[in-house]
Amino acid sequence: MVVETVFTPVTAIIGGAMIGLAALVLMWSIGRIAGISGIVAGAILEAEDERNWRLLFLAGLFVGALIASLITGALDDVSSIASTPVLIVAGLLVGIGTRMGGGCTSGHGVCGISRFSQRSIVATTVFMASGAATVFVIRHLFGEGV
Amino acid sequence: MKPWFVGLAGALFGAGITVSGMANPAKVQNFLDVAGSWDPSLALVMGAALLVVTPGFFFVFKMSAPKYAEAFALPTRKDIDWKLLLGALLFGIGWALSGLCPAPALVATLTGVSGFFIFLLAMVAGMILYRFVFES
Repeated sequence: MVVETVFTPVTAIIGGAMIGLAALVLMWSIGRIAGISGIVAGAILEAEDERNWRLLFLAGLFVGALIASLITGALDDVSSIASTPVLIVAGLLVGIGTRMGGGCTSGHGVCGISRFSQRSIVATTVFMASGAATVFVIRHLFGEGV
Repeated sequence: MKPWFVGLAGALFGAGITVSGMANPAKVQNFLDVAGSWDPSLALVMGAALLVVTPGFFFVFKMSAPKYAEAFALPTRKDIDWKLLLGALLFGIGWALSGLCPAPALVATLTGVSGFFIFLLAMVAGMILYRFVFES
């Protein structure tokens, strides 16, 4: 399903700077990378001492998002753009892919590139390219999106 | 003080995702649609984050250790292996199909829309599956 959106440069820059600040606070305080796929996986699969800071971070993430959405209304019109089968397949791909590739948009895309990590630069290039190719296929070859 | 800063980092991250509009999968999918209804917002989100983190890390890494831990926990691998490439490839496909990556997937559940919970469950299942099937 194709849903048109408008370019929102101001909120994009403000939100991006906040994400960057979050990554800095986490590195400065406990020396960890703010990679959300790793934090989610670790919060479920790691032992207690490795799990706790991740759970705390995730609790903060929901609270911060809730407060921001109440103030800005940014989540008011947000809905899913994919059907249930597609969401299941996509979720599995994101879960498996981020663990196999060792990171996602935050861990590789923000923290890794900031450290000039070659692995992160390669991974970010690959998932951006495969993402763009996928959208091209579902929207322009199949027509309507999925 | 340590838990306070970890919670603050999470809150800033969640607020940042929300404010940036990245919890809206339509904006993310439109960013990837360079040949169609392109919405460049995501590029500015990443760009702004990188402009904060790159100089910030430079100064943070001048510290001998983080404020509340014994050492920085940083990846040390440098090799580009097939897992990195295949993992990123699969992630990109799932990201594009749904318009969701892990952080926005968490934030989007606050809307109560059932599809976001389905995605999140599948994502977590994928992570667990990878740990116990592919890594064992």
